[in-house]
Amino acid sequence: MSVDSLVVELLSAMTTAGSLFIIAAGLTLVFGAMRIANIAHGSFYMYGAFLVSSIVSSFGGTAFWFSLAVAPMIVAAIGIVVEVTVLRRVYDKDHLTQLLATYALFLILADLGLRFWGAQSRAVPAPAILSGSVRLGVASFPIYDLFVVGAAIAVGASLWALLRFTLLGWRILAAVEDAEMLAAKGTNVRLLYTTVFALGAFLAGFGGAVIAPLQSIDTGLDASIIVAAFIVVVIGGLGSVAGAAVGAVIVGLFEALGILWTPSWAPAYIYLAMIVVLQLRPSGLFGAAETT
Amino acid sequence: MNRSPRFTSAARPAAKPMLTVDAIHTFYGESHILQGVSLTVKEGEVVVLLGRNGAGKTTTMRSIMNLTPPRRGRISFISRDITGRPPYQIARLGLAFVPSGRRVFSSLNVEQNLRLAARSDGASGTTRTTAYVFRLFPKLAELKTRRAGFLSGGEQQMLKLGSALLANPKLLLLDEPSEGLSPAIVGSLGEWIRTLREEGLSILLSEQNALFALRLADRGYILEKGRVQHEAPARELFDSNEVRTYLGVKFPQSA
Repeated sequence: MSVDSLVVELLSAMTTAGSLFIIAAGLTLVFGAMRIANIAHGSFYMYGAFLVSSIVSSFGGTAFWFSLAVAPMIVAAIGIVVEVTVLRRVYDKDHLTQLLATYALFLILADLGLRFWGAQSRAVPAPAILSGSVRLGVASFPIYDLFVVGAAIAVGASLWALLRFTLLGWRILAAVEDAEMLAAKGTNVRLLYTTVFALGAFLAGFGGAVIAPLQSIDTGLDASIIVAAFIVVVIGGLGSVAGAAVGAVIVGLFEALGILWTPSWAPAYIYLAMIVVLQLRPSGLFGAAETT
Repeated sequence: MNRSPRFTSAARPAAKPMLTVDAIHTFYGESHILQGVSLTVKEGEVVVLLGRNGAGKTTTMRSIMNLTPPRRGRISFISRDITGRPPYQIARLGLAFVPSGRRVFSSLNVEQNLRLAARSDGASGTTRTTAYVFRLFPKLAELKTRRAGFLSGGEQQMLKLGSALLANPKLLLLDEPSEGLSPAIVGSLGEWIRTLREEGLSILLSEQNALFALRLADRGYILEKGRVQHEAPARELFDSNEVRTYLGVKFPQSA
């Protein structure tokens, strides 16, 4: 294998990692604060992609940039409705009830999506400025891949800054640790949970929007992404944003190298990665052991 | 420190009741923990809840904050009914709860813990700022960037008190503040509480360490099995043989 094809594969792995990170970051944030494993997170991702396709097909290719901001916001609004009407009622229930609730949401959102966008798969053209390739050193890279990686880095940096420098971020971290004490100090934890959930949904929608020009958009997108996103989050440690970043890179690499070396076995590699990590660190790479 | 306790005169008779707990019944699951507890704290008063482990002191505190909602009874604070209100609203009305043990946000640093708790209160005259907290606890200023999880027990106690004060409360609920602290730190804790009472802050304090608490308080309640057994000025409780035997604490005679 030549060096330049390896470099190109690595960028492709980082593109996968980037899109996985954007989705997994939202998933892990929601899990960390509310201890809820949201299967419908995959639906939010799919909706993000579909919304971009609708906006671009109605308003033309230049609307892509606009859709990149608007689609996630619409998804966040859907997230708020879902949190207030359903999830809020199951925070204090057992895991099985929570899982059933989010799975039910997943099914409902899938059906609504089918009704709204139909079964036909759609394609979104990348804007001209992000199309084509750019030659850097030994190899040429698809520009859009670089854009996805850039978007993931921007998301990671924003989340880092949020959790480190803002009151909202500190409240989120405090809620992860001791929501009762946070409430006793005057924080409306219920409102905080709605905010965190909206942020998670926004990230899922943004992930879907960013990835829209890279793949065909159809109704199976929700199921395929949620499994990968959960694997990323489990590898990184539930609740850890840094863990989600590392987990996404690991999964991206394993998948890309799997395709390169033994294509028919490729899907097995990410499960293998998860098994190895959980053997070594049962709580994931950055996860704290459950204390309760 | 074997000097005789400095009892301050009991609260001014004209002082208005600030907190009134009226016959509350609180359960954990099916066990009936509080069986009709009533108590009051007047403005500027330091009141202590005494009782053995399991008598219901912490449950009383948690019931007041509505963290463990009472099933029956009423609680009012500055002549407002707060029964059944969400804890965050009760906190915003001016009640600050300082739990026992190591309940600080350990993943945040000292400064973040403090800023998270800070709330200005337009209504109250004294506004306690970060500068005030650092004056009271100079150690916290040095440890600003230290993660709260890495603080010692005494330092965590300072952080818990400091962050409660930054909320500018009208009434401080201190749940077993001396628990798990070294005797030297317990000494400083007494000084801090004395400073706060001199500043006019109302305090409801629960303690197993009766000797420590009665020296700080105006009035005391003795809880037993979820009921108030006795209520009297601190001095009276201190001198009562009955109370001493009951609490099983060896007191030096106050002369």
